[in-house]
Amino acid sequence: MSKVSDIKLKTKQIVKKHKGDKSALIAVLQDIQEAFNYLPKEALITVGAAMGIPTSRVYEVATFYNAFSLNPRGEHIVKICVGTACHVRGASAILDKFERTLLIKPGETNQDQKFSLELVNCVGACALGPVVVIDTEYHGQMTMAKVDKIIGKLKEGAQ
Amino acid sequence: MIKMNNTQALRQVQDDLKSQYDPKKKLVTICAGTGCRGYGCIKVKEELEAEIKKQNMDVEVRATGCFGFCEKGPLVIIHPEKIFYQQVKIKDVPDIISKTVAQGEVLEKLLYRDPQTNETVMKEEDVPFYKKQNRLVFGQNGMIDPTRIEDYLVIDGYSALAKALSGMTPEGVISEVKKAGLRGRGGGGFLAGIKWEGSRRAHGEPKYVIGNGDEGDPGAYMDRSLMEGNPHSVIEGMIIGAYAIGASEGYIYVRNEYPLAVIHLTMAIESAREAGLLGRNILGTDFSFDIKISKGGGAFVCGESSALFASIEGRAGEPRAKYVHAVEKGLWDKPTVLNNVETWANVPLIISKGADWYASIGTENSKGTKIFSLVGKINNTGLIEVPMGMTLREIIYGMGGGIPKGRKFKAVQTGGPSGGCIPESLLDLQVDFDRLYEVGSMMGSGGMIVMDDRSCMVDVAKYFLAFLQEESCGKCVPCREGVRRMREILEDICAGKGEEGDVELLEHISTGVADGSLCALGGSAPNPVLSTIKYFREEYDAHIRDHRCPAGVCKALITYSIDPEKCTGCGLCIKVCPTQAVSGEKKKAHTINNDLCTRCGACIESCKFDAINVK
Repeated sequence: MSKVSDIKLKTKQIVKKHKGDKSALIAVLQDIQEAFNYLPKEALITVGAAMGIPTSRVYEVATFYNAFSLNPRGEHIVKICVGTACHVRGASAILDKFERTLLIKPGETNQDQKFSLELVNCVGACALGPVVVIDTEYHGQMTMAKVDKIIGKLKEGAQ
Repeated sequence: MIKMNNTQALRQVQDDLKSQYDPKKKLVTICAGTGCRGYGCIKVKEELEAEIKKQNMDVEVRATGCFGFCEKGPLVIIHPEKIFYQQVKIKDVPDIISKTVAQGEVLEKLLYRDPQTNETVMKEEDVPFYKKQNRLVFGQNGMIDPTRIEDYLVIDGYSALAKALSGMTPEGVISEVKKAGLRGRGGGGFLAGIKWEGSRRAHGEPKYVIGNGDEGDPGAYMDRSLMEGNPHSVIEGMIIGAYAIGASEGYIYVRNEYPLAVIHLTMAIESAREAGLLGRNILGTDFSFDIKISKGGGAFVCGESSALFASIEGRAGEPRAKYVHAVEKGLWDKPTVLNNVETWANVPLIISKGADWYASIGTENSKGTKIFSLVGKINNTGLIEVPMGMTLREIIYGMGGGIPKGRKFKAVQTGGPSGGCIPESLLDLQVDFDRLYEVGSMMGSGGMIVMDDRSCMVDVAKYFLAFLQEESCGKCVPCREGVRRMREILEDICAGKGEEGDVELLEHISTGVADGSLCALGGSAPNPVLSTIKYFREEYDAHIRDHRCPAGVCKALITYSIDPEKCTGCGLCIKVCPTQAVSGEKKKAHTINNDLCTRCGACIESCKFDAINVK
């Protein structure tokens, strides 16, 4: 986890990159999330002060959009596509299997901070459905048997 | 790219590029759309390049935009013969290079095999999936490397812009677009020309044009494929639109989940600017216009115009009342034209080939072609572009190849969460804006999700309402609370707790939600429920009265059992069952304890003998 002073410094640099332009708030938050993998509380407070936007409004935007997370996320981000095409091809069974395997619900991160489970409304790869995106890799035609294999491999790689 | 200061310079560059282009030269194109990337096409491309180098050949390998036939990716075409290979794997690469590219020998095993005739098909255009398409907007994807402006210029890209700037007045452009009858491809289907005219007449500076690439409808991905595969066609359309309405600034609002689209659009904007096609004094004229990219934050409601403006302005995407239209007061309260990216990509065609030509395609009130994403329980998943007015039957059975595993078609869902489910009895419906609306659905952005007899229509309605409740911004109470209540009722029905009168209650709440919501999200939220009630009432009744889910989907209403005739006692299901609900001796028929069974489906997936029955 980054130190508070690092978070503040990095946040200020990001705000500066966008020239403090108030309309760039969403882009600023996207950059912060890219830097820290989530939006740390200190960063949101710093953004408000540096851009002259009330912290409450920064918080409103940060919680309105699905892309933002206020909690630290795991090393691997597992995104289950729950778009309509994947839904009719059995995405919910795949989601259940991930929940059972990782022992977390969507929006949560497991205890050793290795995996976060998230839902996404269609990634536009419907031919691959049900599809799961882990970090940046697409896993198509998912089955419950594949879940064990993929998670096993990622755990091995992490060790 | 040199900066072009007039239309003659553009023509010169195009001619130079054409003279360098040898149609007989060997070229390998590989689809690098997101679907094919998911199948690993980038590794295949690298292998193709390595093999060509190894064999000391001079052949270009071009990673292009999406070809559309996602079901069979990775897709490769060998030019100039146009040999169409599908499901290409790394191990196929040496043969492709040494046999097909070097000697023209066709590899039978990589060709598409028509399941109806069992014959192989050599060329892309002869594959049934492509045969009846009319790929005016989408067709160039397969030849263009979206990261190179030259590939767009060589096929006369930006000629429509040159034509508009050098020979047409802004009013002339608007009247051409009006005459063409172009309607918005993003959902509402409003006439683009009327919108443009309103904005041209409106007072206020600067004026804006916006490309809506916030493709939120789950199951629709044509906008993504256009932005990724042919970004210049969208940009050219927007520049022409900006000229017509007198706008100086533009935005393309791209969905957060589409990183590749952002990269390709950014590159395209930069190279267009460098070439003098964007920025100050475009092609040496007085007209100046530039485009910025705004990345969405992942909110479905931001596809709605006023919510999208709020998002670009850096605020939470809440819609506002529209007694003042966006064409007069849109982004930052200035006159704004917002069109979907597919709509923009149609504009260069209209200007180049003329309104009369464009209006000759399609139906009476829906002109041109439309790209649909054909997904779900369908054999040929992919993107198709067809003239408006084609029947659902032709799309689903002709191009889509019907339902997998010979199962029975049940419904096709169009229009995303705002649309509806269309039953088998309406398969001969000619698809256009008005016909879809008449049957209780809508065009939306063009998603078509096909469902078979194993899809439960109550579950589908519940799915969409859950989606909409999650995505409702919360501003209007009827939408925020009404959609939630409808979802709860549907959940109860699916859980076997439905009561007589629930259906009528759903209909009653629907009226309130539709009437009492500001924007189209709430206004159309009841559609998935109303259309399924209208066409599949008997499924609701089976859930409520008989506590039965005929499609075998709703977990609380189904039981699993093992067919002793089919079960061989292999023990696989025992191994995968997470709740130890299956028992039995080896080589003897197993049984399922329904008190322990959670209906997770693991046994069904593992069983090689199709021995698990769901009732």
